[in-house]
Amino acid sequence: MSLFTMPSLGADMEEGKLIEWLVKPGDHVAKGDIVAVVETQKGAIEIEIFEAGQISALLAEPGQTLPVGAPLAQIGTAQDEAPSVAPPRQEQLPQAAQPPAPSVAPVGGSGGPRPASPAARARAADLGLALETVAGSGPGGAVLLADVEAGTRLRPAPPTAPARDGGPKGRPGLDLTEMRRAIAAAMSRSKREIPHYYLSHEIALHAAQGWLAATNAARPPDRRLLMGALLVRATVRALAKVPEMNGRFDEGGFVPSATVNCGLAIALRGGGLIAPAIPDAQDLDSDTIMQRMRDLVARTRAGRLRNSEITQGTITVSSLGETGVDAMFGVIYPPQVALVGFGAPRVRPLVQDGILTPGLAVTATLAADHRVSDGRRGAVFLAEIDRLLQEPDSP
Amino acid sequence: MTPQEIRAAFIADLIGIAPDLDPAAIGDDDHLQDDLGLDSMDFLNLVSALHKRFSLPIPESDYPRLATPSKAAAYLAKMLTA
Repeated sequence: MSLFTMPSLGADMEEGKLIEWLVKPGDHVAKGDIVAVVETQKGAIEIEIFEAGQISALLAEPGQTLPVGAPLAQIGTAQDEAPSVAPPRQEQLPQAAQPPAPSVAPVGGSGGPRPASPAARARAADLGLALETVAGSGPGGAVLLADVEAGTRLRPAPPTAPARDGGPKGRPGLDLTEMRRAIAAAMSRSKREIPHYYLSHEIALHAAQGWLAATNAARPPDRRLLMGALLVRATVRALAKVPEMNGRFDEGGFVPSATVNCGLAIALRGGGLIAPAIPDAQDLDSDTIMQRMRDLVARTRAGRLRNSEITQGTITVSSLGETGVDAMFGVIYPPQVALVGFGAPRVRPLVQDGILTPGLAVTATLAADHRVSDGRRGAVFLAEIDRLLQEPDSP
Repeated sequence: MTPQEIRAAFIADLIGIAPDLDPAAIGDDDHLQDDLGLDSMDFLNLVSALHKRFSLPIPESDYPRLATPSKAAAYLAKMLTA
């Protein structure tokens, strides 16, 4: 018998709001199953369970805001007798600072929970609309903002449209003030605790670009690759040569990681940033990295990240994409010890064999932790990324 | 398909890959990257969705012709009748 508690999804997280249960008492769960959705400063996060067993009792109601460590459910294992659990004492649960929770329809026997984007959730809550009554058109039947809006047209209009937070084209379901606070807390801690050093290196991309264009020309859109996938793969592979860039710095000092869980900084429309990780990225080929990146971006947009993805990164790659500025000098995401930044690839004057020619190039930067490594090792890292990008077709 | 139907289909696929956008707030001349904040991954996901819906190849060299909803609707209409 054990307790499933509100997980910490980052050093700065103090509480989370239970949005929905994806299990009910009596359900059997396996390690890694997603059992609940919790709304945090980073948006809605799917919570995995890390042991197998049977749900004996749910100890928290959707809508409750609970501190990290608060019991959410009781899990029975095979050896357990019938559970003899006192019901949760409501007075022990801290009162939410927010107004009473929107009525989230309980997960019932009729088809299970309804996936929905955070924006859809928030809009439905504003309107007092049960998500179960809305037909979803998103991936897996997920309810999207447009579905909620369409649903309201069938009903009497509310007297006034509720105010939105964020910009006119922002992400209404996410509390941007809270997200900004979370980013500020993590970045302040980083700048307070981590003695950063920075390196910058220009990398010619004509080899990568040529290979990419030839590869994509023969492929339908859903199998095409982006330069970003090649940049991530080169970074992940280069870590084999400089393992002191990959891991976590805790109270006992630096702990290198055997696997590369590569965080990707994903900017949210309307502001804010999340850096979910691709786990075990060290051996993945370009196609698989691309597929994982697509999946992570899609689920970040739809509000379907898992807690392990946002807590277990061992390094972060931040890429400005194809329309940004030349270079970015990042702030390390603690407890990681390095962040690789890529500016926007751009055609620049390059000297090759003594001849000045225009060519596509990108500025790669490294922000790394001086408690763990020195600039000399950082230079080896960037040089290795460069070398790997000159042979993009290597398996 | 009528131009209106093509535009509606385009907006539906756009919302599918960016569910946090409000369809009512999208203007015909909004630039997908600069105004609506799509990144290269979002854009590729949109191209994939359009490819599936319309069975058009949409090579990379045509990406600039999808820069705004009005340009994209014109491009798709032209390709569908070609």
